[in-house]
Amino acid sequence: MKYLNFLIIIIIVFNSNFLNAQEQKLKNEITKNLRCLVCQGQSVYDSDTEFANSLKILVERKLDEGLSEKQIYDFFKEKYGEWILYDPQFNKSTYFLWLLPVLMFLLGGAIIFKLFIKKKN
Amino acid sequence: MRTKTLFSIFIVFFLVLFFFFYKGLQNPNIYTPSVEIKKDIPNFEAKLFNTNELIFSEKVFKSDKFYLINIWSSWCVPCRDEHSFLLRLRENVDIIGLNYKDKIVNAKKFLNEFNSPYRLILSDPDGTIAIEWGAYGVPETFLIYNKKILKKYIGPLNENSLLEIKRMIK
Repeated sequence: MKYLNFLIIIIIVFNSNFLNAQEQKLKNEITKNLRCLVCQGQSVYDSDTEFANSLKILVERKLDEGLSEKQIYDFFKEKYGEWILYDPQFNKSTYFLWLLPVLMFLLGGAIIFKLFIKKKN
Repeated sequence: MRTKTLFSIFIVFFLVLFFFFYKGLQNPNIYTPSVEIKKDIPNFEAKLFNTNELIFSEKVFKSDKFYLINIWSSWCVPCRDEHSFLLRLRENVDIIGLNYKDKIVNAKKFLNEFNSPYRLILSDPDGTIAIEWGAYGVPETFLIYNKKILKKYIGPLNENSLLEIKRMIK
């Protein structure tokens, strides 16, 4: 019985460590995707400003409250606008940004294809 | 002939691209927050600065009434500049202070020295309430009516913002 209790305690301790590590990983991932608005060009994760530090605390709190990654992004987007996200979503003002590489690829491909066919013929 | 057409399409495409990017260069590439926001005020709970008692935001802001919420700190130099303007606004509107990442002793010293324009002061020791408001530094001031943010003033208040606030709350 004594051993069983000991085993259970060990399992609980290891599991909570695992959960903490998971949460920490998610927190880092989220803060890496948020832009620090004070020293722009740095993510919240990299920045050490008052603003970024508060944001880190808030992300942790929101994770504890059970919010998902997307809900947390939406929360900050609502407060500060799209600008705070490093990974802009596909919408009216960003479609050019997302579609341009595809367009370039297709155009380049078409030119190469044309030249290739022409040479072959 | 076909190569020529293809070449022209190519040129036009890059001209259009150049135009877009050139336009884009003229946009500011730093964060410029919008100041006219018709957003609901956030719900939060905070400790009262004087008594350390917990209070909900619904109890602080009533409908059909103008409020100013001013985020300040004793270590913030521009806050000293705007303090005289807040004192002048004290009679016109209820000013709620949000003491941002401050030491209580320093904040109290600041208020003793410059006088308090605030009807109520809330504490924000870790800066998270300021983020709920969408602020990103001190000082920042929000004009509120009917639990909605009418306007946001980033940086210290000045003569112009004082006149504007007075005009808006008339």
